[in-house]
Amino acid sequence: MKSSYVSFTLNGEEKELLIEPGRRLVDVLREQCGATGTKNGCGQGSCGACTVHIDGVAMLSCLLPAELVDGSEIVTIEGVVRNRVLHVLQEAFLAQAATQCGFCTAGMIMAAKALLDCDPSPSRQAVIEALSGNVCRCTGYEPIIAAVLAAAATLAKRPAAAAAA
Amino acid sequence: MARILEDVFTAERAGSFQAIGRALPRIDAHSHVTGATRYYADRIFPNLLHAVMARSEHHHALIRHVDLSAAQAVKGVARILTHKDVPNNWYTILKLIGLGPDEEPVLAEDRVLYRGEPIVAILADTEAAAREAAAKVKVEYEELPAVLDVETAILPGTPAIKPHGSNVFVYEGRDHFHVHCGDTEAAFREADHIFEHSYQSSPIEHAPVETTGAIAVPEPGGRYTLHSNTQAAFFTLDNAALILGLPFRQLRVVGGTVGGGFGGKVDVIVEPIAVLGAMLTGRPVKYSFSRGEEMQVSSPRAAERIRIKDGVAADGRIIARDVRILVDAGAYSRHSPYGTIKAAAHMPGPYTVPNVTINAWCVYTNRTPSSAMRGFGVTIGDFALEVQMDRIARELGRDPFELRLQNAYRDGDLKAHRKTVEGAALVEVIQAAAERIGHPLSPECRAMSSCQRT
Repeated sequence: MKSSYVSFTLNGEEKELLIEPGRRLVDVLREQCGATGTKNGCGQGSCGACTVHIDGVAMLSCLLPAELVDGSEIVTIEGVVRNRVLHVLQEAFLAQAATQCGFCTAGMIMAAKALLDCDPSPSRQAVIEALSGNVCRCTGYEPIIAAVLAAAATLAKRPAAAAAA
Repeated sequence: MARILEDVFTAERAGSFQAIGRALPRIDAHSHVTGATRYYADRIFPNLLHAVMARSEHHHALIRHVDLSAAQAVKGVARILTHKDVPNNWYTILKLIGLGPDEEPVLAEDRVLYRGEPIVAILADTEAAAREAAAKVKVEYEELPAVLDVETAILPGTPAIKPHGSNVFVYEGRDHFHVHCGDTEAAFREADHIFEHSYQSSPIEHAPVETTGAIAVPEPGGRYTLHSNTQAAFFTLDNAALILGLPFRQLRVVGGTVGGGFGGKVDVIVEPIAVLGAMLTGRPVKYSFSRGEEMQVSSPRAAERIRIKDGVAADGRIIARDVRILVDAGAYSRHSPYGTIKAAAHMPGPYTVPNVTINAWCVYTNRTPSSAMRGFGVTIGDFALEVQMDRIARELGRDPFELRLQNAYRDGDLKAHRKTVEGAALVEVIQAAAERIGHPLSPECRAMSSCQRT
């Protein structure tokens, strides 16, 4: 099998890349696009560290052959900051001290953002379910859940911000 | 009540501390939430080689022959490393402070002592090619009986798996580490109650979300930069240099950003191979555990078997405690001989017991070598001790808080190791914990103090 050209937008920027057959999206993002904020934790779809958005849906980039994302809009953690302004979720992770080693953080934020993008005021249970595919081995789950709920509360007070985010 | 808290911390808070008592953001939090933090694997190098090990399929075997021909034929394989390529083929983590002996090869020579032990290292252009080649290494084994249980390992007649002829670490001529104080046997005869229970734990894997790994990069002037997620940059530097026969100045370790460690990234396993690969090929080499390797071959917390026999007086005082500890080191020492000393030194717990006997064995088995993990050597012992305390309380009909307060060590008490207790705070901590959860204590217990025995 030969390499093929694959086109997609990454954080709003158009990309056209020559990709070896079967190459995982996580490797293409990290090694060919320099988007190393997306982490490879297990390579088998069980830790969630590689979560990115494909056309607005949270997906595991370690399980996706990159050929499949041709024509898609991809957002990674690097695309969550807009005009150097942190997203409310990122601010909330800082305020709630929701990071420890940081290796799961990008995946957590991408999974949480996918939730808030479609459900801006989720219940605690909905947050837990949205993050259930993301593992934190420092086991700081409570501050992470608190951060997502705090971000939702901020969005509720700022409907304009919610629309812009 | 809460006297120590007030005396110590009120005074401290009145001082000029910048951080104590305040909530401050972590310095790395901003880069964590933006994805800007650079872990070792976020450094991307062109022309990178990937190292993958061919590993032992048996718990215990002699290696009769290794056939590399099929592996060498895999497209993309640049070089295969065997033990003959390793200048000093011994991994002895605490060598620089005189702890040995040399007994763990970096790459296996004539035998393997655990399943998953590395035998040869494939270096290839892609990880997929390296894995394919590793699977094509043909090893002819002569299987030997495996010892997988610590109790079996120390029985007479069990085959010795170690070259020194036994299955235990030898402490200054003794087959175990021993501490005693007073006359335990006499005290057992005087005791009104005897409580004897056994406790055991399994190996525990740290399972960091970022697996163990390193990238070695050749630099001008014969130097190498080692990008690593080690928790112990200087262990890594000195062990890699000793194994490779390099002057320390030729290695530069870049580390400190760790995606979860918990003690599992204290051993120096991936770095010597990565640097050796870089030395022999002139290319950057990455050696990173797969998730499966992280689970199977990275050092877990040692499994332990602990038996505690206590002699207790009618009033609840523990007057004798005899503890037998078996620590499962797995196939090689790493930090376990030291962890076993810690386990023995931690007994009889934070209690004042006048008659104590402690016997602790560091036992070798054909299992994955165990090593450092959060408080290794004492954590499982604390589990055993505190379950034992609860059992004694339940069987004597005593309040578990009050039984602990009665036996808690105080300043001036002599510990089993002939060390006088200073700065004890257990009494106050138990009193504060009881208060916080609304657990009633008797007036006598509320009046107790670590500063004097009442």
